[in-house]
Amino acid sequence: MERIPILKMGRFLLVTIQVDMHDRLALQLQDDLTERIVKDGARGVLIDISSLEIVDSFIGRVLGNIAAMSRVLDAETVVTGMQPAVAITLVELGLSLPGVRTALNVERGMELLQASLEREELATLEHDADPQG
Amino acid sequence: MPDGTLLQRLLADDAGRLLDDWMREQLASTSLRRDLISETELRQQSADFLAAFREAVHRGGVQSVAGPEWTTVRDLLSSFSRSRAMQGFSPSDTARFVFSLKAPLFSRLREQAPPEQLGDETWTVSSLLDQLGLYTTEFFQKSREEVIARQQQELMELSTPVVKIWEGVVAVPLIGTLDSARTQVVMENLLARIVETSASVAIIDITGVPTVDTLVAQHLIKTVAAARLMGAECIISGIRPQIAQTIVHLGVVLENVTTKASLADAILMALRTTGFTVARVAPRS
Repeated sequence: MERIPILKMGRFLLVTIQVDMHDRLALQLQDDLTERIVKDGARGVLIDISSLEIVDSFIGRVLGNIAAMSRVLDAETVVTGMQPAVAITLVELGLSLPGVRTALNVERGMELLQASLEREELATLEHDADPQG
Repeated sequence: MPDGTLLQRLLADDAGRLLDDWMREQLASTSLRRDLISETELRQQSADFLAAFREAVHRGGVQSVAGPEWTTVRDLLSSFSRSRAMQGFSPSDTARFVFSLKAPLFSRLREQAPPEQLGDETWTVSSLLDQLGLYTTEFFQKSREEVIARQQQELMELSTPVVKIWEGVVAVPLIGTLDSARTQVVMENLLARIVETSASVAIIDITGVPTVDTLVAQHLIKTVAAARLMGAECIISGIRPQIAQTIVHLGVVLENVTTKASLADAILMALRTTGFTVARVAPRS
């Protein structure tokens, strides 16, 4: 059965979608990704969709759902490289993915994840240093 | 059927007087736009037309003006028609140029045609001039449509420039009313430029948008959402006090959109987000 590979990069998971998404594949990705986040204790997920040229409302919703599920599992999701046509389609469909963070390309997406992880760690450190505060 | 020899003779015999009569006819018309065309120019055009008309009748048929003999006449009429369309003549003013030739020609026909041929000859001349008049009007219409199409195109291009403000910052100054078609163009241009320049901040300046109603706000929110999906943050700037009031009264929610009163504020914020700082290096002069 066809699957989208999930790569582990440090504390993040990297998914690049390079085939046409169909409904089964999207749901499979949702399953696999949630499993992997738990198994690897990932803190961030980066989904690159720069090769994705067509989306429908279902795929759009699955993307939103994946982001929401990751957040529940304490991993931040960044969607990168969305094509203009895809962005316009999603907006016209009324799916502006409010909870999903976005970046122009994988590099920026990684920076974003890194930055938010560092910020979080800093906050934890401060909290540890000053437990009363 | 008349072969046009009589018409030929009419046009050839004392052509100068025919031109005078025709000019008088045109000048007598109350709707002649003397502010748009001078008498000399009109006379020149009329003389050119008469010469070409005579030549065409001489060389070819009087049945139809579609033949190759009439090319010169048609070209002349097209150029007059086009220049009149540009100058702002009305269609009837333009058509009257040809139709006013009827009166002098008919009066000559009445004097010179044998009574048994008068009806046929009149019919020939009349249908010929009618065809030319229709051709003129049609061409006038076409020229006007060209003007409108060009203006529309220019307006589209004028209204949607995406400018690069700084590394990673682009801006669209929107001017004029936003409708669905324009929003689409703006959105496509903006997203294309974001990809091209890898911009992380896009500023939409609406100083030039006269009114913002729910529909326009909807369009703006869509554009912002699309840019955000691509990974660029959007700032809407240039919101006039009146528009701020309208937006609130309409109940439009712009909570997730960064808004600034002026373009300067938006640029400053964009530069800060992209990690630049603005500083004065010389004292105010």
